[in-house]
Amino acid sequence: MFGKVTLSLLGGFGTTLELFALTLLFALPLGLLICFGSMSRLKVLSRIINLIIWAIRGTPLLLQLLVIYYGPGIITNNRIGFTNNTRFLAALIAFVINYACYFAVIYRGGIQSVPVGQREAGKVLGLNNSQIFRKIILLQVIKNIVPPISNEIITLVKDTSLARVIAVYEVIWAGETFIKHGGLIWPLFYTGVFYLVFTALLTWIFNKIEKKLSYF
Amino acid sequence: MALLEVTNLKKDFGNTKVLKDISFSLEEGETLSMIGSSGGGKTTLLRCLNFLEKPTGGRITVNGEVLFDGKDTRRYSDEEIRQKRLHFGLVFQNFNLFPQYTALENVMLAPSLSAKSTGEDPGAIRKRAEELLDRMGLSEKMDFYPKQLSGGQSQRVAIARALALKPDILCFDEPTSALDPELTGEVLRVIEGLAREHTTMIIVTHEMKFAHDVADKVIFLDNGYILEAGTPEEVFEHPKEERTKRFLAGYER
Repeated sequence: MFGKVTLSLLGGFGTTLELFALTLLFALPLGLLICFGSMSRLKVLSRIINLIIWAIRGTPLLLQLLVIYYGPGIITNNRIGFTNNTRFLAALIAFVINYACYFAVIYRGGIQSVPVGQREAGKVLGLNNSQIFRKIILLQVIKNIVPPISNEIITLVKDTSLARVIAVYEVIWAGETFIKHGGLIWPLFYTGVFYLVFTALLTWIFNKIEKKLSYF
Repeated sequence: MALLEVTNLKKDFGNTKVLKDISFSLEEGETLSMIGSSGGGKTTLLRCLNFLEKPTGGRITVNGEVLFDGKDTRRYSDEEIRQKRLHFGLVFQNFNLFPQYTALENVMLAPSLSAKSTGEDPGAIRKRAEELLDRMGLSEKMDFYPKQLSGGQSQRVAIARALALKPDILCFDEPTSALDPELTGEVLRVIEGLAREHTTMIIVTHEMKFAHDVADKVIFLDNGYILEAGTPEEVFEHPKEERTKRFLAGYER
């Protein structure tokens, strides 16, 4: 039985990991674009972007999942919409948008917390803007954002379970089937172990990175 | 001809006129002390010279080359401004060392980046950086990161970093204001050393004895105008203006 449960949970966890990894892959760079947009000198652009950030961060991810999954079908009378086969894509889009907005705010904080004097010191030393960013600002921003980003990423591991609301088969769902079909509760705790092990791994990695950057 | 000539320089921030009509000149090898109350425009003047602020009007020339002319309406590219800036070096009040680089790397960074165009050999850049830090009395601290340095050591690294680019004129913006009193001496001694070697310098400072001793020329800046200018003896011992006398009296104990 243990082997059977393990296999089943691994299947579900595969989806969990896939959603996690793809969300990071797209949300980390998209967040940077949104960050630049929100800091743009073009008032119209920065207003719109900040409004979007506010809406996404101000409403539950669960709600966003439902809206993205059902929204297109309802609006277009089912000409365009998500189907059984594309529900994972719907979940991914919702997660990417949601997390990109959170990352954008973290990036912005990281950039703004580098003292103005660093940029000015670069200028008076005759560095051009790209050199100032690459050689002076960037590493300081990375150091600033590693702790909040790692928090956010660990939250993402657990948030992936929300995808089941639009019937994306992930690890908790896999565990829950054993309650429904066999009256077993322990597989549910077993899913918890999957999360714990994975977040432990991530925590270890982030600690390594933080240590690496602690020399300055 | 003077090395630096500043003529009728003006700077407004919105409706606030910070520099109203600044004219002075500086010969090569001279040290100029700039004194005056906070908010008088001293820092803004240094920032204008270093192109961190764009003046509203007036003229700045170095070695006869016009770096800024308020009548010139052409917009300069970042690259042109970068070139103009290189005539000046600036030492900040709070050092602004780059925390991720060691003392030596801080000094080497700018020359190394410009080596692509100057063709300077990396070994020569390193050697000069080491010599500069050695002159600052920091040969033991070259591989230390800024967070491992005291304020006085940090400021001396910052001075070496500014010197590494061989600016025509080195500017200091209250170089000891952020330091504990017992650390100001080591920085002031370094600057005095530079003055003896005839480095052309403009020093904004609240250390009146130092301003008096180090300078060839003193300017008293008040409310956006140069109220008094002359040799240290003229300005400190025989000020003509009531305002200067009151300002200096504030420093006497």
